[in-house]
Amino acid sequence: MSVNYIPRRFTVVRDRDLCINCGCCVRQCSNECHYFTDDNEKVVVNSDNCVACHRCVDLCPTKALRIEKYVCDYRDNANWTPQYQQEICRQAETGSVLLSAMGTPKDYPIYWDKILLNASQVTNPSIDPLREPMEIRTILGRKPEKISVERKGKSKTDMPPQVILETPIMFSAMSFGSISLNAQKSLAMAAKKLGTLFNTGEGGLHPDLLDYTDCAVVQVASGRFGVHKKYLENSRYIEIKIGQGAKPGIGGHLPGEKVNIEVSNARMIPKGSDAISPAPHHDIYSIEDLRQLIWSLKQATDNKKPVAVKIAAVHNIAAIASGTARAGADIIVIDGFRGGTGAAPTRIRDNVGIPIELALAAADQRLRDESIRSRISLVAAGSFRCSADIVKAIALGADACYCASAPLIAMGCHMCQTCNTGKCNWGIATQRPELTKRLNPEIMHKRVENLVNAWNHEIKEIMGGMGINSVDSLRGNRLMLRGIGLSEKELEILGIKHAGE
Amino acid sequence: MLKEGQVRIPSGCAIAAIIDKKGGMINGSEIIKSISLMHDRSNGLGGGFAAYGIYPEHKDDYAFHVFYENKGAQQQCEEFLFKHFNIDTAERIPTKRVNNIENGPDIWRYFGRVNRVRMKNSRLLEAEYVVQCVTKVNAAYEGAYIFSSGKNMGCFKAVGYPEDVGELYMLDQYDAYLWTAHGRFPTNTPGWWAGAHPFNILDWSIVHNGEISSYDANRRYIEQFGYKCTMQTDTEVITYLFDHLIRHHGLPTNVAADVLTAPEWDEIDRMNDDEKEYFTNLRSIYSGALVNGPFSVILGSNKGLLAINDRLKLRSLTAATKEDRAYFASEESAIRIICPDPDEIWSVSGADPVFIPLEIDDKEGE
Amino acid sequence: MKKVYAKEELCLNCRLCEVHCKTAHSRSKDIIKAYKYEDPVPVSRISVYGDNLGSAAVSCRHCDHPKCVEACITGAMRKDPKTGIVSVNESKCIGCMTCLTVCPFGCIKIEKTAIKCDLCQEDGEPACVKNCPNGALVYLEMGGGKA
Repeated sequence: MSVNYIPRRFTVVRDRDLCINCGCCVRQCSNECHYFTDDNEKVVVNSDNCVACHRCVDLCPTKALRIEKYVCDYRDNANWTPQYQQEICRQAETGSVLLSAMGTPKDYPIYWDKILLNASQVTNPSIDPLREPMEIRTILGRKPEKISVERKGKSKTDMPPQVILETPIMFSAMSFGSISLNAQKSLAMAAKKLGTLFNTGEGGLHPDLLDYTDCAVVQVASGRFGVHKKYLENSRYIEIKIGQGAKPGIGGHLPGEKVNIEVSNARMIPKGSDAISPAPHHDIYSIEDLRQLIWSLKQATDNKKPVAVKIAAVHNIAAIASGTARAGADIIVIDGFRGGTGAAPTRIRDNVGIPIELALAAADQRLRDESIRSRISLVAAGSFRCSADIVKAIALGADACYCASAPLIAMGCHMCQTCNTGKCNWGIATQRPELTKRLNPEIMHKRVENLVNAWNHEIKEIMGGMGINSVDSLRGNRLMLRGIGLSEKELEILGIKHAGE
Repeated sequence: MLKEGQVRIPSGCAIAAIIDKKGGMINGSEIIKSISLMHDRSNGLGGGFAAYGIYPEHKDDYAFHVFYENKGAQQQCEEFLFKHFNIDTAERIPTKRVNNIENGPDIWRYFGRVNRVRMKNSRLLEAEYVVQCVTKVNAAYEGAYIFSSGKNMGCFKAVGYPEDVGELYMLDQYDAYLWTAHGRFPTNTPGWWAGAHPFNILDWSIVHNGEISSYDANRRYIEQFGYKCTMQTDTEVITYLFDHLIRHHGLPTNVAADVLTAPEWDEIDRMNDDEKEYFTNLRSIYSGALVNGPFSVILGSNKGLLAINDRLKLRSLTAATKEDRAYFASEESAIRIICPDPDEIWSVSGADPVFIPLEIDDKEGE
Repeated sequence: MKKVYAKEELCLNCRLCEVHCKTAHSRSKDIIKAYKYEDPVPVSRISVYGDNLGSAAVSCRHCDHPKCVEACITGAMRKDPKTGIVSVNESKCIGCMTCLTVCPFGCIKIEKTAIKCDLCQEDGEPACVKNCPNGALVYLEMGGGKA
């Protein structure tokens, strides 16, 4: 079909006064928007395939390029928006499920932006983080009910394996395959420097990352890709992935063209074959099955590794979290519906699940009502955009937060939401060697490290203002939060008061 | 305007305490003299005392001190108490008229033992049974408030300056081996008698100066274990933390103190292996019980006296010893006025609790 | 001596090194003027060879025993005994192209006179290294280059 009924999304505008025709854009655009005229004299542009990834914009030495939204008006209709019309046209053409990447762009409430933080005045001094120690060390893992001591100064408690983090910020699961090895390596290097963890996703552990096993979370998901005894042992903790916030109830699909020899080795699947993670674990059809898998993983690792269970934030999250804790999970990860993904069916991504703020608040409270919150760790995931979001999540009750989109943005991601095409110009969500080499781990790990260090500083600054010098005293401290413009019900679920109260 | 308990009210304070570790008796006038020197640290909206060893004739009985705001509340509360305890004495606590204190509730005390039949049916240990009864009265009966529930000890408190409260209750008529005292400076409150300190549950009494910034983290931690923080005060939550750690978890008092004022990680990282493991385990298991922000706390019990200060030493607290006695106060002058020549005097440092154990056996009821 | 080394596995073929070299060796030191308005048009001393799959930037190796210096018929090409930098004295150079033909790396260009990398001595760090977006060019002491 020659006509696709869908106008293009963007226009690349080239300022001819600035363009020096160096051709950098031509060589950098994997969507082939830019090209030379036949005499090689002049660079011209065809914006049809532009995804607004900004690679050309950022690399242009004279800043001659600008990307504009392509405005092509439809007759006004609040119901049949251009987006719905275009999606229908696309489906009419292809007959397939719409796919999207990264977190939902829809305008659902972002509760982080409706929660305000507290600070000390008069009755209680704020603390200057430059003068006083400000602790953000966070310990994950199952805790015994109480300590037993021989005497003051001598513990005789048999502690289950604990994971000590130097920041409450961890990197969430992104598999080698969905992202490039260079991207994963950058995260691993940053995690090691920061004293935190990266997560293999369901992609196996590439041999190049064996130096980073003490900061690796290894994931066991429904496809069981790359799982073997050594893999489980090469970790700080093991994470069973039940669901993902961006696509609750949906499995994963890494297309065969991304399964090159390296990916194939890491995942232990034939080169070029599609890697399909089923929607459920076919050995977990209920909570008692989950208990068995947790048990097996602990047995396989001599009880030396904590086992986390990652669940998507869905309507019944509080009960599910409680059941998961009782099934033996040491760490419960809740992934909110704004969380990112390499590829998800658009309808699922944009309509299924609930925001992390509500899910976290509900689950934390339920675990407290059942007296088990202090026995396990709770990790929140699903779109943390800045340090204040992290502070709010911890005050709602999280032990730590998983971040993925933010470190990706630090490495160059511009949220063009086309990870699924495999043409990532920033070398992140691609396996093409000419693109992956654009991401130099030596440079990028430093940027990620800087980002987290900056957030750490900000978290300490905010805590100091509250008069708190340990993240332990921020955790679950909902009195430090106030809602703004929220309904009674929302406040009730979040367990916070309204501003002014 | 909302009352304390309906809203959280931050406050500053003065605290003082005396203990004779051999059990020698100290007259109430001494502690009044000490606390009243720090008059400026309170604003007349709360003062109180806890005294141990004051009811030797009832030493095996629970002594309940109760505020009643109306007759109905008294009826309900007494009905409950008589059902759940074998009360053998019920009387008004003797008070005298004091100019600066007015509009007080009716103040009663009851001595008695638990009703064993009911306790057995409830399948609770005795201490837990008593705690639940007290919690029940305070939460369910509007206008009745049990503010003291230990054995051979009692709390005396009111809205007023501590010296006036001492006069009101005629504390110079009482002798005790352990006294704690409190003068309060709440930032806003219509003044509620039950909101004055010390805060008490069983034999534990707490006086506290400061506004802890970890309040809600601590509250939500402790409420997991059946406590209900009805007062919304720091003192209440700290009391419950100690009660939970010492009574439910069986921790020695000084270990419980380590939980609340655990040293900083920087320090822990430099410790020897045993201590590093001990504190890492403590902080890992009890992260929700770490108390943060400025505070000085004196915890009295029939085991002795514990004084702790916040980790950054944001609040003042001085300690002194003289022969068998130990003294604590927010300000050094408040010690020197009753003990001008101490053997030793020092400023209690953050994360270094001072515990003065009682060297007599008075542990019945545990 | 410190030299510019190319890491081909990191080279993006963006050729920004060329752009910035050209600018650094222009009169105006301004990209747009250098490309559009200067006459003679400045010339980049570094060249990227290859395509997106495999590319590398090549510039003068400042050899220990430079063939270009040996072959220069006017003495315009010389190696500074102190810094080790191989440079052209433009007033002596007659543009005979002998150096160009003997250079084993193809790093000399000729306009009117020979043009080659001078390691941007005035700026401390060569412009190509400073502006490489992927760390594919490094400026360091490594030994080698013994042609």
